Amino acid sequence: MVILVTGPQSGAYLHWGVLNVSWTNLAIIGLMVVVFALALLLPFRGER
Amino acid sequence: MSATSWTVRTRERLSRTVPPGQLLPDRQPVYVASWIYVFGVLTVAAFLVVLASGAALAIGGATWWHVSSLGHYVNSVHLWSVELFFAFMVIHLWGQFWMAAWRGRRTLTWITGVVAFVSSIGTAFTGYLSQANFDSQWISTQAKDGLNSIGVGAFFNVLNPGQMLLWHVVLLPFVVGVLVVVHVLLVRRHGVVPPIDATGEQQLAAPRPEGERP
Repeated sequence: MVILVTGPQSGAYLHWGVLNVSWTNLAIIGLMVVVFALALLLPFRGER
Repeated sequence: MSATSWTVRTRERLSRTVPPGQLLPDRQPVYVASWIYVFGVLTVAAFLVVLASGAALAIGGATWWHVSSLGHYVNSVHLWSVELFFAFMVIHLWGQFWMAAWRGRRTLTWITGVVAFVSSIGTAFTGYLSQANFDSQWISTQAKDGLNSIGVGAFFNVLNPGQMLLWHVVLLPFVVGVLVVVHVLLVRRHGVVPPIDATGEQQLAAPRPEGERP
């Protein structure tokens, strides 16, 4: 299911059914999910 | 409401739009003490950088970034502030969705957010069409095919770079800007939505001024 397209100008893509996304884009989405989780978990020191 | 002067009526209407002292509040309910609530203002901050860098690009013109290193830098600031804008906006969306932020007569806050999101995508797409290079020319042909396949494209033509540039610089930023302003005013008006499991004193909806529509 994973097809790496390794042409000279094209990036590497994850192609899975209808999903066709570059690995870079997928990594960015993953990073956003991590940031979201951290936003919920990290303590917030507001001024009192 | 009995004054006949339209300016007085408008002034009074505006002052009732947001509860007194809540336009720029100095305190929030305790449940707002979470980093997830920072992503709305991060989105707005990124949007301001997008607007400023976009204004600088407008001064230089659509091809400025091809012939000037300063222009290239400003173009890069514009691109990366847009990337951050979308990242912060999507994380803000995730947070608001999972806390069901449309509760308590906040439907219009949610809707203005969704429409601003979709309008931002259109703004970004017209930006991709305005690079003044072969990439943007190719993108316009792909956009043409996609839009024609769903039956739109009568009064706008993605192959028309003049129209697309004006939509990108004038029309769509104005639409997004108005939606953002209304969205933030609605948040100030209704307050931050309490958590789903809030009980007791934490009411679902902020008290509505007497006689006011939601």
